[in-house]
Amino acid sequence: MNTLLYDGTFEGLLTAVFEIYDRKLHHVKLITGEWRNEALFEEVIPVITDESRANRVLRGLRKKLSTAGVQRLYITHMAEIAGEDSNILGFIRYVFDSDINIEEDYGNRYVMRLSEILKMVRREKHRMEAFVRFQKLKDGTFYAGIEPDFNVLPLLIKHFKSRYADQKWMIYDIKRSYGLYYDLHDTQFIAMDFADGGKPANVIAAYSEDEGIYQTLWKNYFTSVNIASRKNTRLHIRHIPKRYWRHLTEKI
Amino acid sequence: MNADRITEKLNILADAAKYDVSCASSGSNRKNKDKGLGNASNGICHSYTEDGRCVSLLKILLTNHCIFDCAYCVSRKNNDIKRAAFTVQEVVDLTINFYRRNYIEGLFLSSGIFKDADYTMERLVRVAKKLRTEHNFNGYIHLKSIPGASDELMREAGLYADRLSVNLEMPTEAGLKLLAPDKNRQDMIDPMRFLKNEIVKNTEEKKLFKSTPMFAPAGQSTQVIVGATPESDQQVLQSANYFYKNFNLKRVYYSGYVPVLADQRLPALNTAVPMVRENRLYQADWLMRFYGFHVNEIVNDGNPLLDLDIDPKLSWAIRNMQVFPVDINKADLQLILRVPGIGLQSAQKIVGARKFARLGWEQLKKIGVAINRARYFITCNSNEFERRDLTGQNIKQFIMAESQSKYIKNSQTQFSLF
Repeated sequence: MNTLLYDGTFEGLLTAVFEIYDRKLHHVKLITGEWRNEALFEEVIPVITDESRANRVLRGLRKKLSTAGVQRLYITHMAEIAGEDSNILGFIRYVFDSDINIEEDYGNRYVMRLSEILKMVRREKHRMEAFVRFQKLKDGTFYAGIEPDFNVLPLLIKHFKSRYADQKWMIYDIKRSYGLYYDLHDTQFIAMDFADGGKPANVIAAYSEDEGIYQTLWKNYFTSVNIASRKNTRLHIRHIPKRYWRHLTEKI
Repeated sequence: MNADRITEKLNILADAAKYDVSCASSGSNRKNKDKGLGNASNGICHSYTEDGRCVSLLKILLTNHCIFDCAYCVSRKNNDIKRAAFTVQEVVDLTINFYRRNYIEGLFLSSGIFKDADYTMERLVRVAKKLRTEHNFNGYIHLKSIPGASDELMREAGLYADRLSVNLEMPTEAGLKLLAPDKNRQDMIDPMRFLKNEIVKNTEEKKLFKSTPMFAPAGQSTQVIVGATPESDQQVLQSANYFYKNFNLKRVYYSGYVPVLADQRLPALNTAVPMVRENRLYQADWLMRFYGFHVNEIVNDGNPLLDLDIDPKLSWAIRNMQVFPVDINKADLQLILRVPGIGLQSAQKIVGARKFARLGWEQLKKIGVAINRARYFITCNSNEFERRDLTGQNIKQFIMAESQSKYIKNSQTQFSLF
């Protein structure tokens, strides 16, 4: 058994795949983290992310998978689900071992597992598109805090950029301490320093004058459209799991 | 802005609009234009009410003043309730500000009838026009067409709205006459026919000229109230099928009647909302639109009512045992779609996956097939399959014994009737 340590990026993963094939390794385990020259890591092979090696692997994948297939592989890695690297690696090996495109082979455990992860990540992405609640700040920027289970912020760029083209906005992943900012032209990733340790939402509690009014109107609307005689709490919670409530204006 | 007054209006006019079931915000293809606000095509549900229905659009009435006196409607003329009316600008402001905060996908605007059909329709159109032309708003707009509105107004509405709908209210003309004596079915069908023809014409023109403006790109829909009048499911679904076929409707919505008024023509106030029936009707509707079922296969003279205990596909299957068992590794997609417990996505996955290897129970389970239902109707790559010669009734009992209906808990009263 060989253990490979890589930096957690997609390029790093692809470089690791290159190493595995280059060194003809068979039983391998992938872990992510920073390389430290300590005794604990004696048995570990460090993978130094190398763009040209990663690209060679990517080109190979593109030959054997559809464009959508490569995209799906990228998204499942982006999910950052603990312990799933071995399945992703299994999938990649299966791709290279086969002469034909195996994307639809749902009888295979790796193909099936990737399809399951993809479903979870896509659902989270879709939920974020739905559950982001912007608050208008004094300078006219619309701010939203989120805490998704998976790292889906990069997958949200396209949606919000094409939707809110005429307003400045920021979506901040509180769990992972980084955000996405759109300045009317481009989006960029940003990190904010909340020195006093407070929640980001409190630190920039500089809401515009009418923000409170619209939040109240929205809460009222939410109450008014409910039909009490059809109450179904189980269904309600299935649609909006409780972990999302603290960022939903209508549930606060 | 007078916040208190707007809040009061919103409470009244959202409350009055909540019985409209349509909430879809998909099916359009409006893109963000010239760095404006919004786009429409995704169909995102932004929230869910405590009764579990999705909130996708700001669904409000322009006014709940109404000259009509329909027995089932809270806004009926003779009902003693608070009345209110939004101005055009108020609806525009609410829509824009809710949209900017990502609360909604767009606007669903309906209305009581102010004075006459055109007077009311003209105001609905003005809201949509203002949003599109003055605010470069590209979010979803669904306008409720007012029965009897003129063709000119309907045409203008189609230029600004993504979807238009006319409520049929009751599944049959007789039902409508009974509960809404002021209303005329022909007044509802005329605008539907006009819209259908305009949409067809627009599609043709778009093929010739790319610059042809969009006309109701998400098509038209309608809704019928179920359970206020004694129509059978057969009558309801036949009627839906007729409108799908003849008016190219995108959706028919079925709204289980919520008793809100005491009237001797209506079910008593304490009657339970027919939620299970409504659910079965939607399932049947899905079978017609996506699974290749003909309406007569689902309901017919021998079976005019949908079975409330089991879903309509299972119900069809146990009446047609001669079709089964289906070999998962060989059968056409169309036939696999008819197996209880196999949905659209699973069926497509099966057809994709069996090109690589023959599928057994383990794979089918992973693909997402509900084995507890499907196992009576299929064979696969395994020696284990249902060998007993079971009747449809036996199967129904087995399946019901091992599955707990999700409705049992919250609608005891309705269940104990059967």
